[in-house]
Amino acid sequence: MPDKIVGNDFGPPKAGPKDGLQGGSPHKIVGNGFGPPKAGLHIEIDGKSHPVKAGENLLQAILSLGLDLPYFCWHPAMGSVGACRQCGVIQFKDANDAQGRVVMACMTPVAEGMRISLQGPDAKAFRAGILELLMTNHPHDCPVCEEGGECHLQDMTVMTGHTVRQYRGLKRTHRNQDLGPFINHEMNRCIACYRCVRYYQDYCGGDDLQVFASHNHVYFGRQEDGVLENEFSGNLVEVCPTGVFTDKTFSRHYSRKWDLQTAPSVCVHCGIGCNTSPGERYGSLRRIVNRYHGEINGYFLCDRGRFGYGFVNGPARLYQARSAETGPLDVSTAENRLRAMLEDAKGIVGIGSPRASLEANFALRERVGAERFHAGIGDAEHGCLRTLLDLVRNLPLHLVSLREAERADAVLILGEDPTQTAPRLALALRQAVRNRALAIADELGIPHWQDAAVREAAQAEKSPLFIASPAPTRLDDIAARTCRASPRTIARLGFAVAHGICPEAPAVMGLTPEHEALAAEIAQALTSAERPLIVAGTGCLSEDVLRAVGQIAAALAAARPGRATAVHFAVPECNSLGLALMDAQSLAHAAHTIESGEADTLLILENDLYRRADRTTVDALLTRARQVIVIDHTLHATAERAHLVLPAASFAETEGTLVSSEGRAQRFFAAMQPAGDSRDGWRWLGPWPCLDDLTRALADSLPVFQQITACAPGAAFRIAGQKIPRQPHRYSGRTAMLADIRIHEPKQPEDTDSALAFSMEGAANDHPPALNPFVWAPGWNSNQAVGKFQDEAGGHLSGGDPGIRLIGDGAGTGLPWSVPPETEASIADALRLVPLHHIFGSDETSMHSSAVAERAPHPYVALNPEDAARLGLAEGEEVELAPDVWLPVKCLPGLAAGIAGVPAGLPDLPVPVTAWQSWKPNKPGDETS
Amino acid sequence: MTVGSPAVVIGILLSTVIVAAWLIWVERRMIGIWQDRLGPNRVGPLGLGQVVADMVKIFFKEDWIPPFADKPVFVIAPAIVMVTMLLGFVVVPFAPGVGVIDFNFGLLYFFALSSLAVYSQVLAGYASNNKYSLLGSLRAAAQSISYEVFMGLAAMGVVMLAGSFNLREIVEAQKDGWYVLPQFAGFLAFLVAAVAECHRAPFDLPEAEQEITGGFHTEYSGMKFGMFFVGEYLGITLNSAILVTLFFGGWLGPAFLPPLAWFILKTLVFILFFILLRAALARPRYDQFMSFGWKVMLPLTLANIVVTGAVGLSVP
Amino acid sequence: MISQLRTLWIVLKHTFSRADTVQYPEQRPKLYPRYRGRIVLTRDPDGEERCVACNLCAAVCPVDCIALQKTEDVDGRWYPEFFRINFSRCILCGLCEEACPTYAIQLTPDFELCEYDRRNLVYEKEHLLIQGTGKYPGYSFYRVAGKAIAGKDKGQAENEAPPIDVHSLLP
Ligand code: SF4
Ligand code: SF4
Ligand code: SF4
Ligand code: SF4
Ligand code: FES
Repeated sequence: MPDKIVGNDFGPPKAGPKDGLQGGSPHKIVGNGFGPPKAGLHIEIDGKSHPVKAGENLLQAILSLGLDLPYFCWHPAMGSVGACRQCGVIQFKDANDAQGRVVMACMTPVAEGMRISLQGPDAKAFRAGILELLMTNHPHDCPVCEEGGECHLQDMTVMTGHTVRQYRGLKRTHRNQDLGPFINHEMNRCIACYRCVRYYQDYCGGDDLQVFASHNHVYFGRQEDGVLENEFSGNLVEVCPTGVFTDKTFSRHYSRKWDLQTAPSVCVHCGIGCNTSPGERYGSLRRIVNRYHGEINGYFLCDRGRFGYGFVNGPARLYQARSAETGPLDVSTAENRLRAMLEDAKGIVGIGSPRASLEANFALRERVGAERFHAGIGDAEHGCLRTLLDLVRNLPLHLVSLREAERADAVLILGEDPTQTAPRLALALRQAVRNRALAIADELGIPHWQDAAVREAAQAEKSPLFIASPAPTRLDDIAARTCRASPRTIARLGFAVAHGICPEAPAVMGLTPEHEALAAEIAQALTSAERPLIVAGTGCLSEDVLRAVGQIAAALAAARPGRATAVHFAVPECNSLGLALMDAQSLAHAAHTIESGEADTLLILENDLYRRADRTTVDALLTRARQVIVIDHTLHATAERAHLVLPAASFAETEGTLVSSEGRAQRFFAAMQPAGDSRDGWRWLGPWPCLDDLTRALADSLPVFQQITACAPGAAFRIAGQKIPRQPHRYSGRTAMLADIRIHEPKQPEDTDSALAFSMEGAANDHPPALNPFVWAPGWNSNQAVGKFQDEAGGHLSGGDPGIRLIGDGAGTGLPWSVPPETEASIADALRLVPLHHIFGSDETSMHSSAVAERAPHPYVALNPEDAARLGLAEGEEVELAPDVWLPVKCLPGLAAGIAGVPAGLPDLPVPVTAWQSWKPNKPGDETS
Repeated sequence: MTVGSPAVVIGILLSTVIVAAWLIWVERRMIGIWQDRLGPNRVGPLGLGQVVADMVKIFFKEDWIPPFADKPVFVIAPAIVMVTMLLGFVVVPFAPGVGVIDFNFGLLYFFALSSLAVYSQVLAGYASNNKYSLLGSLRAAAQSISYEVFMGLAAMGVVMLAGSFNLREIVEAQKDGWYVLPQFAGFLAFLVAAVAECHRAPFDLPEAEQEITGGFHTEYSGMKFGMFFVGEYLGITLNSAILVTLFFGGWLGPAFLPPLAWFILKTLVFILFFILLRAALARPRYDQFMSFGWKVMLPLTLANIVVTGAVGLSVP
Repeated sequence: MISQLRTLWIVLKHTFSRADTVQYPEQRPKLYPRYRGRIVLTRDPDGEERCVACNLCAAVCPVDCIALQKTEDVDGRWYPEFFRINFSRCILCGLCEEACPTYAIQLTPDFELCEYDRRNLVYEKEHLLIQGTGKYPGYSFYRVAGKAIAGKDKGQAENEAPPIDVHSLLP
């Protein structure tokens, strides 16, 4: 093993987090994400010389300079195809050419000394003409269009100055399709820029959105009505420059963008930590849109994150405190009751939550004491996270960001289905396999942004991606090899790969020849790659798999001295890693403390224990505890059994810090005032005057969190003495929205916890990226205004991407080689249960959104068809999974033999799969085991 | 130095105050007429009772002193303008035998008092502890300093011709012709300075509502505000009276009307002129206003003195 | 200087012109339909609510005194779930009427909006909505818009061709 790691594959070694309020992107990647940095050039635009970067196209360069040029089909993440003809500029041959010719900026590479004109009358007339043509068929829809007010087409129309319609002919029309619960379709508004299909098919690998018909009849939709299946379909809302695809859930309680009160937030539906902008109006959360982060989500969110917000205003939302005996309580009674119960307690067991902020968990930890603070996750997951942290702390691992993952040129996925557990990561991996194509393009001298040409040159060539998982995954279509096996076998395969990379690592005995060959192939691919990446996680709840990843990482580091190995561990919840870093006790320990009588009171923070352990265990725990107090925003089985339930603010109403699976601590902010009587979880728990004090106390008491105060500027931050407004300057209805309740307009609520204000007044510009609630720039009303906030088109946010990385910087020095596990003994007639994750279904909170719930699977037990036949079970037949829990059998071709897959985390599935347990299927009539 | 009988003194005091109050009505009515409106016409015949109604209203308004104000100064300030303006009437020669005191230095006395009046504005602005008020009082101070200079100089021509500072003697000296003719430039300068001295529109920069929300009297309400108001009208009346005295022969006039009537009539014309100015002209920018004073009016008055002196020397 | 004197002269001449104002309330001025007074919400020629809850009036209102919420009926029409104007704030500037793309919101010549209780100046949709079309009789937004509603399918709006058959291969 190497003694000194000097770098990783993705950038210079990290020189400690930047101090300062801007947050910081520790790994500043130079370049546009498409290619290595190139030397600077100068071009002359309208007689003025500007520095640009070689290798860019003109459009990119012009936008990066902060100039305005209308465009439609180009997208910074997808490159150029020159389809819309909107970005015309005049290019002059040489210094004497006065006439020039119109070229498409997005298709023209910059060259030294190039002379172009944006403002020349011909260029302007050309663009106005193109826009007028695009608009000939456009319906008179803006007032009834959900895009209105944040429409790129509107912006570009204004930018080109097309104001009067001259076309008098008939407009072509199209029928719309029902595209499922997420997306509205209004095809009349299409301008045929082709962004949607390029995004859906080329970027996301979807195959159920196509273009039909020809010439100006082209139609973008599905072959027939039906749900858009891709997990990233929601981004069409932002990718489509018009109102063809709009957010259906938002439309149901629609509000214009200028009327939404917004805050910088972080998605709470998985561990990736995508940045979002939740928008509120009239006291309810209306929608989520992407908030650009140069290292994480870039321009795209997954559908769980975008459409899973419904729980904030959902039917199960808790607005009032309630006691089991007396029902609803007012706030002061609830406070008194809480105080009385805690004073009366004979010892309090605190159970934290991986979906609550670091601060809320810390407030609980302070309240109950470190030894009585428990993580509140299943014991198997707890074990996995401990192992994971052990690896990250001690091995030369570099936890990659998603942008770095996109640059990996060989990927191994062990035991995880990222599309279901860390969806945005899967989209990044889909881009990673294109690195081979980009390499081919480089050889041929094709710039990376020449999208069609690069694809043509590369054909089906891909960088290697290997997937070893129990069940088929959504990335199988781009995998070089897939391997279906039980978690234990996957782990053994991983150990064999490690041995293949570094012979010092112990060999694995008794592998099947196919697995031997596969391990050799993977080892070969990883060693020969420039930037290999290993993806794993807690998905199959196997510590063996995690240890195998550690072994491979160590082997790679040994084979490539001086370079840390890139890995990404998917974790299930938004603060799983943060909670793990707090070194809390396990749930079993909590049960033990209550059981032994050392404590008699359970104080549960934002957690439904029935999702963490099996029903009997939790029932016993809750019965045994004399007092149960639950603080949460949503009513769940645990809260129903509590003696006192206190309403907590949801992510959209509170502030705090979350640690993503990249090890990045990020601050999220309240978009709205807490609904009803609810309040920040930590406010129930202690006498903290404001969040900053709590964050500082946490940073001071746990060294790993030392940096988190620098995640975002504190509450005292001001720009020229002013706070940052959460409402756009055009926010409407201030003097009427509450007039029916109280004619005397109340003062805007004050926010003592952040530098943001619940107001439209305040500093309009120069927001630090971590505090920027929404993007808007003059003339740019859509989310594409983000170009004005980036250091270059598609690059990082000016001022640095927010967040501070706490762990995983490749600093670990090494662990002894692990011993590969043995094959598990097979049990006659029995199967091993593994959890199968679902992007729509496995996450607790998003399932309270009706749109997401609609997409969730019905509970099932999945079996390999051969296993099913062997056991005499037919598709749809009911089997008993646990006492009195009957589920239909689903034959899942491709599922590894010998295992039974059970959907993880479904709400109507009472028994979560907590560990690698064996199960004998019982059919009706069999006697129960 | 003659002193009027107590009856005359009290008569003058009362009538000036009443005239000043009544001017409120005159101004509102006249501005209404000039702006093609009706103006106040509901209270009493022709709306004359409006003054009474306004008075009653202003008496019953809450007399609020802001908690952040410098209280004693805040209270004294409006009284200063009232008192100085009323004292100014002491030297006005209404008619032969009608007047309070006949100082030999009557004109100087008038200048002295009109400079004192500005303390009212300066103190009000200072005491209000409000940025607009302070801005207003700074403007008032600067305005008085600048315009008083040539106000005095403008009157010097008259003094040179009459050979006296005694206002009665100045009137007497106009028996053969009003000074407005030989002293036309002086008259113009004095007129402009008079408007600026009572900071009336268009030279109402110290209170410019549109820019500084009322300037020095922003924080004033009730009777204190009323005193500023009446002070302003007293200023108009006083300045009109002095203008008439210096340039239009005071009480002199054909014998079919008594001298006092001539004096009142002439004064009234100037009062109306003041009101017409307000109805018609827009306020200049502050810098324009200042440079107008120093760069146009001051040289003009100096030239006037030189010419008057030269003519006086050459024509013995 | 000359212009100032001229101004004085012009204003002085007005001493003898007739007043433009009248002795309200004994006399009443004639107010034309375009006078800007109390606001109403009007209906389509076919009797449906004109307002499509586009929020433009609310956005343009300089005193922010319009609040509304969009909803949609089974026909596919957008309409306001609630529509509130706080007349105690309204300055009757008429910008909302200018912004409205459907002629729904219109100002009327009724300016006598006096109440002893400010709360009575908060008008909800039921107070604002009238039965007729107001000043603009013929206009119906959905007849020109591309969005299909019950009774007006795709291709049936003004200047619209029938919907494309995407399965056709004909050019
Ligand atoms: S897509 Fe844009 S331009 Fe077209 S109707 Fe919608 S808002 Fe208007
Ligand atoms: S549907 Fe939208 S993204 Fe797709 S081609 Fe039409 S306008 Fe472009
Ligand atoms: S008239 Fe003016 S102030 Fe009144 S609602 Fe309309 S836009 Fe607002
Ligand atoms: S502008 Fe017109 S259509 Fe739009 S919300 Fe206002 S009244 Fe309704
Ligand atoms: S953006 Fe250049 S052609 Fe579309």
